Amino acid sequence: MKIPIYMDYHATTPMDPRVLEAMLPYFTTEFGNAASKSHVFGWRAEEAVEAAREEVACLVGATAKEIVWTSGATESDNLAIKGAARFLSGKGKHLVTCKTEHKAVLDSMHALERQGFEVTFLDVERDGRLDPARVAAALRPDTLLVSVMHANNETGVVHPIAEIGAITRARGVLFHCDAVQSAGKIPFDVEAAKVDLASLSAHKMYGPKGVGALYVRRKPRVRLVAEMDGGGHERGFRSGTLNVPGIVGFGKAAVLARAEREAEGARVLALREKLRKGILAELDLVTLNGSLEDRLPGNLNLSFAYVEGEALMMAVKDVAVSSGSACTSASLEPSYVLRAMGVTDDLAHSSIRFGLGRFTTEDEVAYVVRLVAEKVRKLREMSPLYEMVKEGVDPSRIEWANPH
Amino acid sequence: MAYSEKLLDHYENPRNVGSLDKSDPDVGTGLVGAPACGDVMKLQIKVDDQGVIQDAKFKTFGCGSAIASSSLVTEWVKGKTVDEALTIKNTDVANELNLPPVKIHCSVLAEDAIKAAIADWQKKNGRTPTVKPDTVQGDRAELAKKGALKSGI
Repeated sequence: MKIPIYMDYHATTPMDPRVLEAMLPYFTTEFGNAASKSHVFGWRAEEAVEAAREEVACLVGATAKEIVWTSGATESDNLAIKGAARFLSGKGKHLVTCKTEHKAVLDSMHALERQGFEVTFLDVERDGRLDPARVAAALRPDTLLVSVMHANNETGVVHPIAEIGAITRARGVLFHCDAVQSAGKIPFDVEAAKVDLASLSAHKMYGPKGVGALYVRRKPRVRLVAEMDGGGHERGFRSGTLNVPGIVGFGKAAVLARAEREAEGARVLALREKLRKGILAELDLVTLNGSLEDRLPGNLNLSFAYVEGEALMMAVKDVAVSSGSACTSASLEPSYVLRAMGVTDDLAHSSIRFGLGRFTTEDEVAYVVRLVAEKVRKLREMSPLYEMVKEGVDPSRIEWANPH
Repeated sequence: MAYSEKLLDHYENPRNVGSLDKSDPDVGTGLVGAPACGDVMKLQIKVDDQGVIQDAKFKTFGCGSAIASSSLVTEWVKGKTVDEALTIKNTDVANELNLPPVKIHCSVLAEDAIKAAIADWQKKNGRTPTVKPDTVQGDRAELAKKGALKSGI
């Protein structure tokens, strides 16, 4: 068992060695530009790119022509949302999304607001899920696009996208789905979910950083205004020389994901449950943030009452995790995702996100259970709030002077 | 977060964690911060008849910087008179621990905690309070100008 232990698979994933192996020739001998149409270096690069395109398309139930390569899911989100809104701006100016979306979606929406579009940011239920009825109620005659992610990166909560897709399809509104955390982990199919645009990221599925994809439906055809001009690559959707090694890696990662998803999902789920049950058996006053049933197999987001998140992360420094605490963010704001779910600020400050994945072992889980239990106990001994609770005082009833 | 060695030391080996008897007339208790902000410090001092702080204890709900700041001030106040303890400034704490700019507010809270504990002791012992528990002398205005205090303060 290697220290430090990595349990932050939602932030990024280690590259699968098989992916690296597939990529290497494209750095050394097969270095051609895939757009060089006139010689064998270019042809071989293009062949590799197209093979990868097939694989990524297959992963999500699309055809190869519907996959556009980007620099990552942030770019894909920007291209989908801004590109669609700008293309359709003559027809309307309203967009719908959800408060718990990734910043790449939210900030793209805010940018469009500054340009005169109107955006509705929907609330979620306490368990983190978006109720499709809210989407239906928010649609207006001039709504252009709805953007709802498949699985949330902080809480792992899985939204009912098939139901949302049915609603948007019936109303003739485009549906963009950020599938970054779900693709390759749980079944995601663009036909089943009636999705028109989908963002994907290689480094969340054991591929390299710096490459992603946008699924753009062709039947019926979705049109976008490109963000990147200059040469018309990717059918005019995204200019720029392709990151051939990265794309090859993404393709290989997609192949592996398809082959191993089911078995891996079951294994990771079992480990996650071991972690969850192990921690709950050792400690009291621990709450799960988000639905347990509708959740990514590898995600565990827990709040440890009366212990602050950054202090806990420092205490378990042998384990890489992340927290929804304000102290861990540059803006000193606690997690907006937890807040949208109605988690009180003090519990948001006490939250830790564990992300398990392909290379997590049982030994690591057992070690983390023991370590977390030990450190939470130690920090609770130091906590004035826990002391109050043990004395029978409810800290939430106190009028805090807040000279802060 | 890249923390200094001194900070990490105070975090790993916090000094004077615990509680004194609140009802003891020689004990002053200061409770500052708010759970919603992610920072709560309880600082207690035991003062003898000469006005010298004989013992200090703390408990903190907060990040590594908050824990280190409160641990440090319990060390500093021990052996000082109440008046001497009142001269401890948050900038002293921040400099000693090399707090990153985004964590300066933890040192401010530690200074508040000392003053709150002293004010409580003064009240219990019929002394005129030398400073109100919810004001901080000196650098608050400076810090606000630099943007180092959390919004809404």
